[in-house]
Parts: sequence; structure tokens; C-alpha cells
Amino acid sequence: MLSKIIVQGLVSGGIYAVLAVGFSLIFGVGKILNMAHTAFYMVSAYIIFYATSMLGLPLPASLTLAIILTTVLGIACYILFFNRVKHHDTTVMIISVALAIIFQEVLLLVFGGHYRGVPPFARGFIEIWQLRVSYQHLIAIVTSGVILIGLWIMLKKTGLGTAIRSVAEDREIANLMGMNVDRILLIVMAISVALAGLAGGVIAPIYMLSPLMWQQPMAIMLAAVVLGGLGSIGGCVLGAFILGFIETIVIFLVPGGAFLQGAVSMSVMVLVLLFRPEGLFGVVFEEERL
Amino acid sequence: MNYLYMFYNWIKQAIFAIPGRVIALFFFIALFCAPLITKSEYFLGIIVLSTIFALFAVSWDLLSGFTGQLNLGHALFFGVSAYAAGLLNIHLHYSPWITIPLGALVAVAVGLVVGVPALRLRGFYLGLVTLTFPLILLGIFFAFPMQTGGELGISGIDRLASSRIAEYYIVAVIFTVSVLLIWKLTDTKNKVIRLGILLHAIREDEITARASGINTTLQKFIAFALSAFFAGIAGGLYAHYMRIATPAALELFFSFQAILWTIFGGITTIYGPVVGVFILYPLLELLSGVPWGEQLRYIIFGVVLIATLMIMPEGLAVWVLDKIEIECPRCKLINAFTRKKCRACRAPLRIKKRTTV
Repeated sequence: MLSKIIVQGLVSGGIYAVLAVGFSLIFGVGKILNMAHTAFYMVSAYIIFYATSMLGLPLPASLTLAIILTTVLGIACYILFFNRVKHHDTTVMIISVALAIIFQEVLLLVFGGHYRGVPPFARGFIEIWQLRVSYQHLIAIVTSGVILIGLWIMLKKTGLGTAIRSVAEDREIANLMGMNVDRILLIVMAISVALAGLAGGVIAPIYMLSPLMWQQPMAIMLAAVVLGGLGSIGGCVLGAFILGFIETIVIFLVPGGAFLQGAVSMSVMVLVLLFRPEGLFGVVFEEERL
Repeated sequence: MNYLYMFYNWIKQAIFAIPGRVIALFFFIALFCAPLITKSEYFLGIIVLSTIFALFAVSWDLLSGFTGQLNLGHALFFGVSAYAAGLLNIHLHYSPWITIPLGALVAVAVGLVVGVPALRLRGFYLGLVTLTFPLILLGIFFAFPMQTGGELGISGIDRLASSRIAEYYIVAVIFTVSVLLIWKLTDTKNKVIRLGILLHAIREDEITARASGINTTLQKFIAFALSAFFAGIAGGLYAHYMRIATPAALELFFSFQAILWTIFGGITTIYGPVVGVFILYPLLELLSGVPWGEQLRYIIFGVVLIATLMIMPEGLAVWVLDKIEIECPRCKLINAFTRKKCRACRAPLRIKKRTTV
């Protein structure tokens, strides 16, 4: 039981963390509240399903294809829609909701409403310290870990990372210092969507696919972002793992837990926010304090 | 006779001189005359649901548009009231005239509870926290299916009235009274009820508002309570009209629909959400009647929404009013676009640009 909780918690926490970091990046840098973020994740999972089941491509090839196609789709959405109305915050949000609905309905039209499964990357399991971990779960955990560490190094150590952080801090000054803000926004959008696509690719063999699968992770992802503190990447990751573990514990230990999983993790978030309104690692700006 | 003449004068100045109000007048006349034109239950049903949803969207605009308290989980008030009215009706056999106000009061109580985080959170934080409340409630409802009906919801609620026409007029009258009330309450030029201008002040700059002696806590609670009350009335009407209260009334998508309608019509206006609902909801319903419409209707809905917002980011109603109304630069009175001089102070409305030599 304990081993199941640990493994499942690490898997869902890792996936939520990858999603939350992508969402938080584009929100922090571009002030774009992208409600379609998990819709991109769903699109990627369906592309993998299509490539493996209908076209018969091997999994690594279909995963690459899915990430590339999802990123192209995300960049197209950014250039065509978000970029043009980015001065109206709520309008951007509504357009992203509309995009998510369109993706959902297109997938419903093409693939139908029933649940779909993707064959696993690797069968079998491995025992680590008497923990029985299937290869599929191991791949998910390792991938999300590698991505989170890689992203952290990219943001802290490289020139591009410095540019992204400075645009997030103050767009105008960054522009005056000679950074091409529009291009950086585009790059961040591409990274964010690519992360969502990768998360979708990793979960595709573990969870069932349905055109409504974007809604539940979106609520948890938003909760994780708020719990950690908007604009803090480390906070997001921690929040995502906390919520992932709470969700898993509720599913395994509470009767009827499958219905309550979202409710419990969100109640935790609300409680934390009542005592720490800026989230666990959020930054309070002087002007925003009441 | 004299009074009649004064009334005529008042109508002329307050309504016929302003194109937006003429449209609103025709809208209400059309709303009340619709049963005389068509007897089709299908069309009247669409109008009734549109009015209920319009009240819901207007209540969202009151809270999020006017007060700036972004609420992404507005379906909470609607759903709680619908369930409360349904349960009271099923178990205690109260008539709709009691269950709807009681349901709205339950929604107000919930609104005050939700208002507590709003005292400490702002902007998207508040939005994301409010978003979770209906989902939490939904999880609880699913976990206790004996009391709440689980996924099927509560069915067999009493009808609002015995005939469809009576139901239509009850909903239409409640809608008209509520919307006019909200419009009066939030009118920034009103000298007696100053709620509108206070809410605007809180949205624009809360710290300055507080420094100017406005009790922002109290005003925010009032905004939450009022918004929850009208959303609750809409929820109760919905439960008694559809005779069912389902978990769909609490879902994420339903909360977003209020926002979609409001942004489509124009936020921080009372007429905006009404316009949005009365265009988008019938569009969605009528599309399901045409071939391929059932499958494609949400795609068309999304495309229409995006296309409109790309051209008019401030909303359809605001964009149209901008074209047909013109504000006098001197006395700030609203004039029709056909006039060249202000109807009160004779100042020229459009000042020609001087060409520099």
C-alpha cells in the first residue's frame, strides 16, 4: 500500500509539476492566463494515440511527433490570437477557454467520446528497496525529474534564462536593456506548450484518454500554482507534489475517495491561502499589500 | 393632461434621445410580446432559459466587472441555490414562492463565506481560489449520493406555475425587475445610492479607496451578497423551470459560460451580459436543430467567440454603442450619433481637426 502511494504520488506529482511550471512560466512572463494549457496536453496525448494505433509508428517517434506538432499548434495560437489581444487580460483568458473548448470538440468529433488507451512504452517492473515500480511509472517519474532539473538549470544558468527572468520581472526595463521582448514571449510560449505536450506524452500510456481529460488536471494545476505562489517556479513544483500526494493518499485510504480527491486537495489549498495569501513561496510586492 | 405631457417629455429625454436605451426599450417590449407572436414551446423555452442565464451573467458582472473581484466559480451560487430550492421543495413541499427566496438566501450565506478569502486575496489568486469552491462542493455531492442524488441530481421538482405562459411571464418579470434594480444600484451618477461609484473605486484602486474613507471590507461583502442573491434567484428559477437540479449547474464550464457571455457582450456594463446571453445561448440551441449542428455547435460557438473578441476586444455591445452614441465633450451628456451639436448645451460634438499650414 505504502509503495503504491509513493509511486503513484510521485507520478501524479511530477506530471502536475511539469504542467504547473509551463503554465506558471507563460503567466509570469507574458501575463497570459492560458486556460488551454492542459488542452495542449490532451492534444499531445491524442496525437500519440493516433500515431501508435492508427499509423503504427514506434513510440519514441510518435512522442517526438506529438511534442513538435503540439508546440507548432501552441505557437500558431499565440501568434494568431493571444498576441493580438494581450493588452486585455480577461479577453486573453476567454479566448484560451474558447480554444480549449474547440480542441475538446474537434477531438470528440474525430475520435469519439469513448475512452482510449495507448500501449505502454515498456512492460515489466523493477524492484528498488522492495518497492515494486513498473517501468512505465519509472519512465514518467524520471522524465519529469529530468525536465524540471533541466528547466531550472536553463532558467538560472543560461543567457536565455536570464533574459526570461528579467522580462518576467520588468518588461519595459528588459526592453530598454536590449532584449527582444516579443521574441522572448514567443520562446516562452513554445517552451510552455512543449512541456504540456511532453506531460501528455508521458501520461498517455498510464491514464485513459478522453476528450474531457483536460478539465480535472487543469483545476489541480491551477491549485498547485496558487499554492506554491504565482511566479515562483520552485513553489509550483512543491505545490504540485503536495497536491499529487494528497490526491493519491485520498484515493487509496478514504472510501469513495475517487470523488473526493479534487475536493480534498483544493480544500488544502484554500486553507493554506487563508493563512498565507501569497502562497508558500510567493513574493509580496509592497504595493499589493493591504 | 399636464402630467401626461411631463411623462412624454421625460420619456423623450431619458429614452428616445439615447440610442442605447431605445434598443433596450425595444428589447423589453419584444421580451413581453414574444408569447403573442409565437406559441411554440421550443422558442419560448429558449427565451426563458436565456433570461435566467442573463440574470446569472449580470450577477457575475456586478461582482467581477464592477467590483473587480474576479470570480471564476460563479456557478457555486447558482448551483447551491438550485439544489437548496430543489431539496426544500422535494422534502418539505414548500411552494416555489418560498423556495426561490430561501435558495437565494442560502446563496447569500455561501457568498459571504466565499467573501472571506476575498478580503485577503486579489486578482487571479482570488479567481483561482473561487474556481475551486464549486469543484469541492461537487466532490462532496458525488461522495454522498443518497442526499444529493449524485450524478443524476434531484428531479421531480414542482413547476413554477401551472401553464407555460404563466411561467414565461413570471421569469420575464423577475428578470426585468432584477436587471433594472442592478442597473440602478450600480449607476455611478446616482446621488442617493452610492454603491456603484464605491464599487468602481474599489476596482480601480483599493488602497486609495480605503484611504479616502471607504469601508472596502463592507462594500466588498455587499457586492458578494448582492451578486450571490441574484445568481441564487436565477438558480432557483432554473431548478423550478427545468424541474431538475443537476451537478452540471456546478461544473467548471458553467462558471466559464457566465464569463464567456459577459466578456462577449462587454464587461462592466449591465447590458453587456444580457446581449451576450441573448446572442450566444440561442445560437447554441438553434444550431443543434440543423444537420451537423449537434456535432459542430461548440466549435462554431468557439469560433464566433474568438472572431468577435479579435475584432472587438471590449465586447460586442460596447463596440456597437461606441458607434451609435457620442458623448458631449463639454457636458458629458450622451447624444445620438446623428446629431452634430449636443442636445443640451449646443456644443459641437465632433471637432474637426485643424490642418496645420
